[in-house]
Amino acid sequence: MSTGEVQHPGLNLGSTDAETHEAAGGDVFGFWMFLMSDAVIFALLFATYGVMLPATAGGPTPASEYKIGPTFVETLVLLTSSLTFGMASVAMKHGGHLRQVLSWMGVTLALGLLFLGLELHDFAQMFAHGAYPTRSGYLSAFFGLVPLHGLHVLTGSLWIVVMMVQLCVFGADSRVKINVLRLGLFWHFLDVVWIAIFSTVYLPGLIR
Amino acid sequence: MSGPSDSRRREIRTYLTGYGAALALTCAAFALVRWPVFGSGATFAMILALGLIQIVVQFRCFLHITLARSARDDLQLILFSLLIIALMVGGTLVILFNLRERMM
Repeated sequence: MSTGEVQHPGLNLGSTDAETHEAAGGDVFGFWMFLMSDAVIFALLFATYGVMLPATAGGPTPASEYKIGPTFVETLVLLTSSLTFGMASVAMKHGGHLRQVLSWMGVTLALGLLFLGLELHDFAQMFAHGAYPTRSGYLSAFFGLVPLHGLHVLTGSLWIVVMMVQLCVFGADSRVKINVLRLGLFWHFLDVVWIAIFSTVYLPGLIR
Repeated sequence: MSGPSDSRRREIRTYLTGYGAALALTCAAFALVRWPVFGSGATFAMILALGLIQIVVQFRCFLHITLARSARDDLQLILFSLLIIALMVGGTLVILFNLRERMM
């Protein structure tokens, strides 16, 4: 049998739950296709941002609006939340206590919400400086790209809440396990998009 | 055959390795901007390179994508998506930067 084989991207259940592992192949691969098409959307918004960068219309510029400190903290928070979700997936895969899985997911949720709070604080400061989406082409492109990632994080946080409820109600059955695997892919994917954001949007704007 | 606790420890180690590497790459990229030593062009190129390496690290350690043969064609899907992204992003940038140069 193919329990030792890698069936899909992300953490594979393998021999810990052979039946679900077989079933997970198609389901998780389908979700992976959604993620890749989402990646294409993000890539085109990155291209738009790159093209719009000089179109500041005499208004705020990247150098005047971005701050390295908060961006670094946000990066660390999101990266750590990726690790804690990984710990939740490993705990679930190896039949750890439900409480263990739920607490790792709770930590991930808290970090995700902290990230959103920090990001909203940044946006509020930008608005206070007169950097709002309709000010210039550059700001339209910025607010098209970065808050879309924020919306994804918000969706992911809601999804974590839904999965915590499902784990409490149904326990770690086959369907719930596959859902958690998919949520894991989504959450790690958001961290990958954030790497692209800080290394093409924030840091280049701050180079002196 | 390795026991379940063995594979569990190995998986946790993979996540921790990925986290450590990602942390180091992130700090390196931010440090290059915070304390500039190189010119702006070189710094930009180094940030992009560090970002790309970190994306590969996270694909490897968090998303568990390997070059090993898998039952599904997920690696082919990723490579095809990368091709589409490279064509569309590269094409957009080339055409529009060229257009701007001619309009200026």
